[in-house]
Amino acid sequence: MDYRNTLTTCTYCGCGCNFFLESLDGRLTGTIPCKTSPVNEGKLCIKGWNVHQFVQSEKRLTKPLLRKNGELVEVSWDEALNFVASGLKAAKSASGADSIGFFASAKVTNEENYLMQKFARAAVGTNNIDHCARL
Amino acid sequence: MTNAMSEIEDADTIFIIGSNTATSHPLVATRIFRAIEKGARVLVADPRKNQIAAFADLYVRHRPGTDVALLNGMMKVILDKGLEDKAFIAENTEEFDAFKKLIDGVSLDEVSQITGVLLEDIHTLAEIYAKADKASIVYCMGITQHTNGVNNVKSLANLSMLTGNIGKYATGVNPLRGQNNVQGACDMGGLPNVYTGYQPVTLGAANKKFAEAWGVNELPTKIGLTIPEMLHGIEKDEVRALWIMGENPVVSDPDANHVVKALEKVELLIVQDIFLTPTARLAHVVLPGVSFAEKDGTFSNTERRVTRVRKAVEPVGEARQDWWIIQEISNRFGFKMDYASPEAIFKEIASLTPSYGGITYERLEGPGLQWPCPSLEHPGTPFLHKDGKFTRGKGLFHAIDYKPSAELVDDEYPFCMTTGRIYAHYHTGTMTRNSKALDFEAPEGFLEINPADAKALDVLDGHRVKIASRRGEIETRIMITERVEKGVVFMPFHFEEANVNKLTNPAYDPIAKIPELKVCAVKLEKVS
Ligand code: SF4
Repeated sequence: MDYRNTLTTCTYCGCGCNFFLESLDGRLTGTIPCKTSPVNEGKLCIKGWNVHQFVQSEKRLTKPLLRKNGELVEVSWDEALNFVASGLKAAKSASGADSIGFFASAKVTNEENYLMQKFARAAVGTNNIDHCARL
Repeated sequence: MTNAMSEIEDADTIFIIGSNTATSHPLVATRIFRAIEKGARVLVADPRKNQIAAFADLYVRHRPGTDVALLNGMMKVILDKGLEDKAFIAENTEEFDAFKKLIDGVSLDEVSQITGVLLEDIHTLAEIYAKADKASIVYCMGITQHTNGVNNVKSLANLSMLTGNIGKYATGVNPLRGQNNVQGACDMGGLPNVYTGYQPVTLGAANKKFAEAWGVNELPTKIGLTIPEMLHGIEKDEVRALWIMGENPVVSDPDANHVVKALEKVELLIVQDIFLTPTARLAHVVLPGVSFAEKDGTFSNTERRVTRVRKAVEPVGEARQDWWIIQEISNRFGFKMDYASPEAIFKEIASLTPSYGGITYERLEGPGLQWPCPSLEHPGTPFLHKDGKFTRGKGLFHAIDYKPSAELVDDEYPFCMTTGRIYAHYHTGTMTRNSKALDFEAPEGFLEINPADAKALDVLDGHRVKIASRRGEIETRIMITERVEKGVVFMPFHFEEANVNKLTNPAYDPIAKIPELKVCAVKLEKVS
């Protein structure tokens, strides 16, 4: 049996509570609030207590999907990534960098947001990047 | 937030406006409850009588969209009674005279009429707040999601400066960020006008610095499009490709039918997410990213605290790290990226962002660090604007007149609708509704309506009604409650099958471009 506790930060609201995710043989089994976190001092709300439940839901996307003949079908990563890269290149050469837009996200990490705005600005050449801070 | 979350419990007066704190920020509410135990006075102003109102010394129900009027009324009382902090104003602020002139012209009777708040309550609010030693203001989307959002925020800044309630321990203005990493997404330059740490794309020096660091000859200097502008750009054939990472605008954005139309029209729609959301269903290509439990990185919370996210389990199926997906696409696009890990990316962020300059993964072992943290020796900054010192030099007063919301009730659409969250769910429900325990708590949407209105409509608790605005219509069951006053209805926005954002008004604030999700006019009809 491989039992682990991993200290991390809640993905739901802006309080940013800290807790340990409990896992047993690679499956998440529970959430334990962090007592030493100055943010939540051992407390969590109902969303935090149950945060491990959606992660391994059977509804999660597990493969890239590409629309073919109107339907989204499973494809390899190679095919999906090449489709995106060539599609963006085509859009840029046909109608310019500012014809491409990016939605960054309040749900992903700082590192991932940084990388997306770097890609938009340095690779594509547009400042068309925003996220739903306003919502 | 200008203060650390823990400081709230040491405030002696807390003024909560437009924040359903107990539901949307439960662990901030905990601090407020502790402050109450220590004897703090709590003032709540909100069109909807939320849970925290039950603990308030004074609760006032102002009409949706009348925040500026209420705040100007409070400031009028403060000036009339000479309760302002004259020394603070003289030393630390500018433009006070123009502001005072506007407030002098405010009529308290009119304020009472516009807001629906009793004159004596306006007096009490003003006096308790102004006489406090350490007063903290807490606000949320109830203040910002209006066509007057920026004016609302500036009015709160006016109020805090007028009474010198800023820049001290447990004393300040504290916006609560809606989503866990909104602060981080802004800090990281996920905005059309700034790079990381709010360095403007239009500023030559910043532009040059980033171009050099990223190894390109030049970077665009034109401010980019906001989300509503991008959607509009699709209609005008100016935007042809869209890459959406971890967002679900079909459910979260105002005027959903309009959003769907735009996303159906765009020539290339790339959606990166962990579930097949209503937005992903419209995509040409869907890239499965991973959840927070399957990745390493950092989040920045509402008090500017940067903390670690750590991988607890392997990703499901063939889902891939979101940073890896961006890097792979970039390389195939022809712009080389070769980061070995999120930590490598973080090092680059710290090197280009003064406020994050002293933060390293090593230093984040433990409780995290609050930016600004400019150097490796710097301990981080729990509260901003220390001793009245504002980032921009002196605090600026703004003379702000009350303006009504973009859409008002009329004979055809006689109800004022406002939206928000409920305790068991989060945002568009993508995650919480896939959690068994939370789905069990609240499996479907509902409309809160005042008993008098329900009686007039001849509906009982649990009956279904059709709700229509100028933009669309939906059906849901009703919940009869005194939480909303006569003429006002409330609906949570977590439920795609009764998607309240089919009704909401996309009219937005001219400066912050925040849509007016908190006020629109609707009509109700009983469904037999
Ligand atoms: S546990 Fe609850 S209060 Fe804490 S961050 Fe998560 S959602 Fe917010």
